[in-house]
Amino acid sequence: MVKPGPIGIARTTLLKDLRLEWRSKDAINSMLFFALLVVVIFSFSFDPTAEESRRIAGGLVWVSFLFAAVVALNQTWARELRNQVLDAYRVSPAPANSLFLAKSVGNFVFVAVLEALMTPLFIVFYNLRAVGPAYQLLIVAVLGTWALVVNGTFFAAISLRTRSREIMLPLLLFPISIPALLAMVEATSSILTGEFSPRFWIVLLVAYDVVFTIASLFLFELVLHAE
Amino acid sequence: MRDLVKQFGRFAALRGVNADFVPSRLYAILGDNGAGKTTLLRSLAGLSAPSRGTISIMGTTNLRSICSHLGYMAHPSLLYDELSGMENLRYFARLYGIDNNKRCEEVIRSVNLDPELQRPVGQYSQGMRQRMSLARAFLNDPEILLLDEPFSNVDLRSAREMVNLLIQLRDQGKTILVVTHQASLLSGAANEFVWMEAGQIVNRTEHLNMGKGY
Repeated sequence: MVKPGPIGIARTTLLKDLRLEWRSKDAINSMLFFALLVVVIFSFSFDPTAEESRRIAGGLVWVSFLFAAVVALNQTWARELRNQVLDAYRVSPAPANSLFLAKSVGNFVFVAVLEALMTPLFIVFYNLRAVGPAYQLLIVAVLGTWALVVNGTFFAAISLRTRSREIMLPLLLFPISIPALLAMVEATSSILTGEFSPRFWIVLLVAYDVVFTIASLFLFELVLHAE
Repeated sequence: MRDLVKQFGRFAALRGVNADFVPSRLYAILGDNGAGKTTLLRSLAGLSAPSRGTISIMGTTNLRSICSHLGYMAHPSLLYDELSGMENLRYFARLYGIDNNKRCEEVIRSVNLDPELQRPVGQYSQGMRQRMSLARAFLNDPEILLLDEPFSNVDLRSAREMVNLLIQLRDQGKTILVVTHQASLLSGAANEFVWMEAGQIVNRTEHLNMGKGY
């Protein structure tokens, strides 16, 4: 028996989570359904011109992804509570950070799949076309999604043992996500309209991601072993 | 353990427990519901930090440092319902740095289950799930086994097979603490019966019938 490496355990845990999701499809189905509802309801609620669409799409897209991501974030830990499987991890010598990393990357994959499936629908329903450099949207999507899932995974773990964790997660996550959400919306709008450079907002997203990833990695062991 | 106290808010689940457990012995921990048996086991497993007092295992109070020498089986299965028994064990084996599937197959066979069984654990009978849960607990070949209600919902034959397995493990030098309400199953197998009441150890006997009048 050798002492397991943290990256190896994170990889094993990630593969296990992807397998569980592939079999149950709990997170992806509920996220897709929710995001689809948001797109359809908003498209029926108002009928913007192409110009207006470009201005509001950033907000619409990211708010719907944020709300949909909360569903996946709750699922990811709920799975560990069933049969108290998390206790089996807690009594093992596996490092806490490996679990956090695996859960964050897993959630990133789920939300990225959602974004890949929903983006074409947003383009069709809101008649979107980027005036600015479209490749930057990919950078914003990667950084923004990581910002949502790294915080979301951490706060979902904190709210895990609270009585009403489905309510608690948004209460904790949304306020702390405001700077990231603002950066995502502003960067997306600037790329779609081409009116100003998204550089500042992208740098803000990078800083946000770095700070919160490091802070979460430092604190997760306390969260995991808290009663 | 010395003066072990565990409080949940104003309720004290453990009230100053003092005990020593000798290696290579099988202990049955008995008592009514709410006596503190599960809390005691969770404290020993390092899952529940004591409010006061100390636990020393293998010469250290830092339970995290010896967790690879512990095996823990809880009342729930601690298994993923969507995965097969072998997939579950392969995952948990990796957490302990065990990289070969042979060990997983070996422990599954030792609890009389088939490692080839593809069915997810969620579709197992309660008895099969309990046995798979026991297999998970000693997957890492621990020196100390902490088992919470291993025989609940298990038929008598399977329970007796589990007891025989525990005797084998004890004879191999493992220290085993079993919390159970089916004490008679361990009569003749356990080296000592530890009786708990209201968060305290009230009696320790070598034979089951000796402790009933505590």
